[in-house]
Amino acid sequence: MKTYTEDKKLTVVADDMMLTKDMPTTAGSKMLDGYMSLFDSEALARLKDAGYTVAAKAAVGEFAIDLLGETNFKGAPASDGHIKNQAAEMILSGDASAAVCLDVNGAVRRAAAQSGLVSVKPTYGTVSRFGTIPAACSGETVSVLACDAEDCGRILDLIAGHDDKDGTSLPAELIAKTNEAATVRKVAVLASMKKGIGADVCEKLDAAVAVLKANGVEVDEIDDSVISASRPAWNALMSAELCNNVSRYDGVKYGYRAESFTNIDELYTNSRTEAFGELLKTAIIFGSETLSTENYMKIYDKCLRVRRVISEAFGKLFETYDAVLMPATSSMSYTEAEVKENKFIAFEENYYTAPASITGLPAIVAGGVQLVGRAFSEKALLEAAKKYEKEGK
Amino acid sequence: MRYETVIGLEVHVELATSSKIFCSCSAHSYGAEPNSHVCPACCGMPGMLPVVNKRVVDYGMKAGMMLGCHINRTTTFDKKSYYYPDLPAAYQTTQWFAPVAVNGVVEIETSKGKKNVRIKQIHMEEDAGKLVHDIREDTTHVDFNRTSVPLIEIVSQPDLSSAEEVEAYLERLKTLLRYAKVAECEMAHGTMRCDVNLSVRPEGSNKLGVRAEMKNMNSIEAIKRAIEYETARHIDAIENGTEELRQETRRWDDIKGKSYAMRTKETAGDYRYFPDPNVMPVVIDDEWFDSIKASLPEFPEVKKERYISEYGLGEYDADQLTKSIALCECFEAAYGVCKSAKDAANWMISEVMSILNQKKMTYDMLDLDGKALGELILLVSGGTVGRANAKKILAAMFDDASIEPKAYAEANGYVVSNDTGMIEAVIKAVIAADPKSVADYKSGKEKALMALFGKCMKELKGNCDPQTLRKLLIDSIS
Repeated sequence: MKTYTEDKKLTVVADDMMLTKDMPTTAGSKMLDGYMSLFDSEALARLKDAGYTVAAKAAVGEFAIDLLGETNFKGAPASDGHIKNQAAEMILSGDASAAVCLDVNGAVRRAAAQSGLVSVKPTYGTVSRFGTIPAACSGETVSVLACDAEDCGRILDLIAGHDDKDGTSLPAELIAKTNEAATVRKVAVLASMKKGIGADVCEKLDAAVAVLKANGVEVDEIDDSVISASRPAWNALMSAELCNNVSRYDGVKYGYRAESFTNIDELYTNSRTEAFGELLKTAIIFGSETLSTENYMKIYDKCLRVRRVISEAFGKLFETYDAVLMPATSSMSYTEAEVKENKFIAFEENYYTAPASITGLPAIVAGGVQLVGRAFSEKALLEAAKKYEKEGK
Repeated sequence: MRYETVIGLEVHVELATSSKIFCSCSAHSYGAEPNSHVCPACCGMPGMLPVVNKRVVDYGMKAGMMLGCHINRTTTFDKKSYYYPDLPAAYQTTQWFAPVAVNGVVEIETSKGKKNVRIKQIHMEEDAGKLVHDIREDTTHVDFNRTSVPLIEIVSQPDLSSAEEVEAYLERLKTLLRYAKVAECEMAHGTMRCDVNLSVRPEGSNKLGVRAEMKNMNSIEAIKRAIEYETARHIDAIENGTEELRQETRRWDDIKGKSYAMRTKETAGDYRYFPDPNVMPVVIDDEWFDSIKASLPEFPEVKKERYISEYGLGEYDADQLTKSIALCECFEAAYGVCKSAKDAANWMISEVMSILNQKKMTYDMLDLDGKALGELILLVSGGTVGRANAKKILAAMFDDASIEPKAYAEANGYVVSNDTGMIEAVIKAVIAADPKSVADYKSGKEKALMALFGKCMKELKGNCDPQTLRKLLIDSIS
C-alpha cells in the first residue's frame, strides 16, 4: 500500500551515507557533523537527472553499522520504547515515495522488515557506490527502501547501471542481465537461518511460504550450516575495512578537531576519541587487530576464504533453487532497553543479513522476510515478493 | 679482520604518465602552486573511488620487462595504513600481495668488472603529499599536489657491496628506464629516490649482520657518503663495541655527514596491509602483454653493437651515442636523412653533445629534430653551407625547434656562393689592402697565405667553398 500521495511520487529521501552537495552528510557521526560534500553520489545524481527531488537526509547510525540508527550522534527516533529507523519513518509518514540508502550492515533490510516496507539490496556492482561514505566497501550496496516492490523496482531501474567512476561497477552488458525475464519457481528455506527467531518472525516466514506455495512455487526446507558462518566472517571483514576507511578522519583535514592537543599524535587521538562512538571504536579495534601482521592470515585471510566458501554454497543451492527465503531479523521490533543492555547487538543480529552482504547477492525484504537470489535476479525476486509483500503489515 | 658491506636498495621512481594513478589530475606539478593539482579523490575525500590509470600498469610492466622481471599476469592493489598528515586518506594504495613484476636481474659494470644484481620485485603505488614547515609562523602546511602521483618501487636483493656498485646500479636503472621512456629518474627533481639497506659482516661469512635502513639521501653523492659513513659506524661498533647495533631506520643528514636513528623495528608501526576492495585485480591478457613487449626499445648494448656492425662506427663513437636514448633517436633520424653514419655521429658528438654540455643540460634533455640535423649535414657535405655557418644554424635550431636549415640559411645569407667573379673581386680588394702579407707569402712564408685566406672568408661571410677560395687566392697572387 502506498503511503504517499501522487505528488510525492518523484520525491525521495537519502540516508546520511549518501553524499549530497546541497545538504550536510554526516554518516551519523559527530566526526562529520556539518560536513558538506563537493559532489552528489552517483545514484542521487541519476535520480535528479530523471526529474526526482531529494527532499531530505535520513539519519543513520554511526557509519550505518548498527541495528536501525540508534548510534546516531544526535540520537534516533523511537516510539513506545521501540527504536525506529528514520528513513522508514519518513516513508511511512508520506514525506517521500522511497529512500535511497547504503546497506552496510543490514540496517536498511531490518528497517524494511520491521516497518512493513519493501527493500531491495541489488547485486553488488550494479549500482555505483561513487559518492557514498565508505564503510565496508567489499559488501556495502546502495539500496532502495519503499512502500512496495513496484516502487523499489522503479527507483532501482533509474539508479542501476555502469559507472566509470567506480572501479567495482560491473560492465553494462552484465547489469543488463537484471532486466531478463525470470520467474522464481523453487525456493529453499534454510533451517540454520531460522535459528534464534521469535514467534513473530516465524509467523511472517510461514505466511510468506504459504503464499508462495499457493502461487505454485515449490518450497523446501533444507539444512545448510555453511551459510550461517557468514556472520563472524562478515563482522571481521566489515570491521577491518571500516577501521581503514575511517582512518582518514584524523582531525587534520576536515571534520571534527579536538580543541586541546600539544602534538600531532594528540591531535589524532583526542579528535578521534572525542568524535567517535562506542560501537565504531569497538569495530576499529577489532578491525585493526584483524589486519595486524600477527592475525592477518589467521583471521582476515581466513575470512576471505570463508566468503568464497559461502558464495560457492549459494552457487550450489542455486543449481536447484531460484532463491533462498530467510528471516531479516530475529524479532519484529527492538526495544530501547535491549539495545542499551547489549551494545553489540548489531554484530549478533546481522546473522540474518550477513549472508547477502558477504556474497554481494541481491536480497529483497518484503512481508517481513528476506529473499536472496542469484546475481542479477532482482527483477524475478521483486516479482515473487509482490505476492507476499502484504503479509508484512 | 676484513669486512664486507652487504647492501640492498629500495628505489622509488616516479612514472612519467601524464595523469595520476587513480584520478585524472595532472601528475606533473614540479614547481607548481601548492594544491593546484588536486581533486577530491587525491585529497582522500570520502565517496571518491579509485579508478586505475591503465597507463601506469603499462609503464609498470615495461619497467619490469626492462629489468628482466617476470610479469605477474594478475596483479593486485593493496592498502597500507599509517597516519601522517601528508597522506590524506591515512592509507597508501600500493602492491603487497601480487606486485606487477618479480625476480628480475640487472647487469652492472664497475672497475672490478661485471656483476648481476637480482631484483626482488617492482610494485606500483601512489606517492604521498608534502609537508611544508613554516618556521616564521611556527606552523606546517600540507601540499597534496604529489599525492597519488604514480611510483614504482624497485626492490633489489642484497647483492651490492660498495658505493661504487650502488652508483653503477642506479645509473643502470636510470638508463634502462629512460630508454623505455617510463621515467625521468632525476634525483634532483625527486623523480628517483633511494633507501639503502646496509649491514656489515666479516669477509667470507654467509650470515647477514644487523641491518640499518637509511633514508633521505637526495643525490648519488649523498648516497655514497652515507654508505661510507654507515659502513664505518658498523665496523666500529663490531670491533670496538662503541654501540649496540639494532635493526632500525636511520635518517641521513648530508650537511652534518651523519646518520641518526629514526625508529627501531620494535617501535615501527604495523602497516596492516590488506587487498583494496575498491580496486579489482588487474588481469594482463596475452594481447596486452604482447603489445607492451613489442613496444620495448632496443637495449643500449644491442644498439651499440648495431652501430658498430651495421653503421661502421668506432667503439668510442657508438659508446658516446648510446649513453642516452635521446641521443640515439636524434642520431638515427639524422642518419636517415643524410645517409652518412660517420657524418651524423661526428655532428652529434662534436657539436650537439658539446652544446648540451655548455648549456649544462643532460643528454636526455636533448630536444632537437634529428631529421633537421640530417638536412643541415647534407647542406654542409653538398657544399651549400660552410661549416662555421652550419654551427651557427645548429645553435639557432637548439633555441627554435621550428627552424628549417635550408630556409634559415637562405634567409640569413649563409649560402655558399659559386660566383667566381664576385670572389675574385673580394680577393683583389684584400690583396690590395695587405701588400705585406702578399710579399711575405711570395718570400716563402706559408702562414701569410692563411692570413689572407681568413680575411677573404670573413669578407665573404663564410659563404665560399674553402678549396675554391684557396685556389683562386693562390692564382691571384702568383
